[in-house]
Amino acid sequence: MARRETPEINAGSMADIAFLLLIFFLVTTTMNVDSGISKKLSEKPPPDYKPPIIKEKNIFEVNINRNNELLVEDNRMELSELKEAAIKFIDNGGGNGKPGEDGTPGAPCDYCEGERSPSSSDHPNKAIISVQSDRGTDYGTYIEVQNELLKAYTVLRNRLCQQRYNITYSELEKRYKDSRGIEKDDLKKKVEDIKTSFPQIISDAEPTS
Amino acid sequence: MSKFKKKKKGMPAVNTASLPDIVFMLLFFFMVTTTMRETSLQIEAPRLPSATEIKKLEHKSLVSTIYVGKAKDEKYGTAYNRIQLNDKIATPEDVPSFILRAREEVSEGEIPFMTTSIKADKESSVGTITDIRIKLRDVNALKLSYSTQTGADN
Repeated sequence: MARRETPEINAGSMADIAFLLLIFFLVTTTMNVDSGISKKLSEKPPPDYKPPIIKEKNIFEVNINRNNELLVEDNRMELSELKEAAIKFIDNGGGNGKPGEDGTPGAPCDYCEGERSPSSSDHPNKAIISVQSDRGTDYGTYIEVQNELLKAYTVLRNRLCQQRYNITYSELEKRYKDSRGIEKDDLKKKVEDIKTSFPQIISDAEPTS
Repeated sequence: MSKFKKKKKGMPAVNTASLPDIVFMLLFFFMVTTTMRETSLQIEAPRLPSATEIKKLEHKSLVSTIYVGKAKDEKYGTAYNRIQLNDKIATPEDVPSFILRAREEVSEGEIPFMTTSIKADKESSVGTITDIRIKLRDVNALKLSYSTQTGADN
């Protein structure tokens, strides 16, 4: 019987395969980036600070009780309706806005499309959303509420941005981040414009216990 | 003796069959020795709530993280309200010193850009978060981020 030698498999390219694998994983691995809802806290008021008097109609009150139920402007509400209600409130534009820093009197909101009802907010830059929660409220619900309110602002900003610059606000922000030089200054102005038109004013009231 | 004499044709090829082994060994060595710099959790990994309107946290060195959730150790109770700072279970009273220590590690100009990220469990109560928030405000650490998962848009 003829002895048949088994032919050796050429292993020379194994190294290439291993390197290929190594490089593939190196490139595709992303460290998980921490992301979340960002918030700016207000500074600690001095002891003799008197809170400004704000008209009732400019405050949109959201209460969350310990059973995670919502009470919005003294009516019970489901979470899914919150966004619409918030948009209606912010976009109302029933009166004049805040006077400018240089003393110019506040102008009525010319980009609002709301009902202009005198019993709701005057101007987006006066509209304050106040979230009051119970100490026993679930954090998850609290975040959901914050998220819905932020969504309302996003909808409005996107709408305005589409009208003024023909691009959505989220797209504009992304472009601003990627831009350089002169283009960056130009885009910054646009971003600031939209931001000041619909400033996010969400305040957290001290929780009830 | 002609039996042992073999004709040599050119250079013998270097045996490269063990090269993959070397590469794999390197790969495993780096895999094993790489540690992600992350604090070991004394609480159960918080189940983060999900949200859509989120912002990415940039400059990792300027972020200090506070964990809130259920302690692994049962002596701390089973409520989802334990706070972890660095490697220890702590109370809200410890938050200011935690922030001040984090500030020492960065240059003065960067302090206003420091962000505190709160990683809290869905079932934590808002009261605990508020306690932390009040303490943060006391030390003027005003940038805050509630860490969430990316949720589906509905």
